[in-house]
Amino acid sequence: MPLNPDFVGRTYPAGEPYLVSRERIRAFAEAIGDTNPAYRDVSAAQALGYADIVAPPTFAIVLALRASTQVAHDPELGLDYTRVVHGEQRFAHERPIVAGDELVVITTVESIREAAGNDMITTRGDISTTAGEAVCTAHSLLVSRGADA
Amino acid sequence: MTITWDSVDVGTELPPQSFTLQRVDLIKYAGASGDFNIIHWNERFATEVGLPGVIAHGMLTMAEAVRVVTDWTGDPGSVVEYGVRFTRPVPVPDTDAGATLEVSGKVTAKNDDKTVTVTLTTAFEGQTVLAKAVARVRLP
Repeated sequence: MPLNPDFVGRTYPAGEPYLVSRERIRAFAEAIGDTNPAYRDVSAAQALGYADIVAPPTFAIVLALRASTQVAHDPELGLDYTRVVHGEQRFAHERPIVAGDELVVITTVESIREAAGNDMITTRGDISTTAGEAVCTAHSLLVSRGADA
Repeated sequence: MTITWDSVDVGTELPPQSFTLQRVDLIKYAGASGDFNIIHWNERFATEVGLPGVIAHGMLTMAEAVRVVTDWTGDPGSVVEYGVRFTRPVPVPDTDAGATLEVSGKVTAKNDDKTVTVTLTTAFEGQTVLAKAVARVRLP
């Protein structure tokens, strides 16, 4: 089933702010097996010039995923989430996320198209602090595999 | 040793690394990322939908690959931009050996804003699993 093209340009408001905790960053670093001390030790992060422990470059997916799931599960969009695979992901960081950040995401549907029987939707998540400082932009391409694909 | 912008050139190779993923790593990543998609932990479901078995989160593979960059610079904040295309699933068998990713990286551009462009190659069983894997990296 083709996706609803009216969704292009639609914006989803920021939900509840996400408070980035040291423990969440440590758990993420632990999950990817990365022992970089800047992910664990406040003084190591400060030695690099950061206020608190730093999040790995892909940590922003935690926020972007929550926001894009909101879009993907919108019944009016017509996306069969059981057939969705992650096609592409890109992050552009204004600065690294650090513990203590209180972040919100505004998600915009950038494009919807069909190719080779697959539905494709690209979303942009603009991640900023609750004070309005831009932190990261997350671009995602989700592909819903067609029945014959 | 700090890697500086002046000290690298187009063609500079980053130290390659291999990363092994076991089933437990997928469970940990699911918890840490909030991505509990069934194909990353349920063999029965994964095979029912036509996959070779439980597969790693693409985002986990993406996270491992960029460690070649952050270990090279030492500063996770040096990665100002990072993108990939997921081209092939990485099945993680229920074995002690798990699945091993081989990651290498090379400087493919030197930019005026004191950044360099690093292109990463990530292979599983000899086949590329991430395409267009490119990071823009700020160096002192």
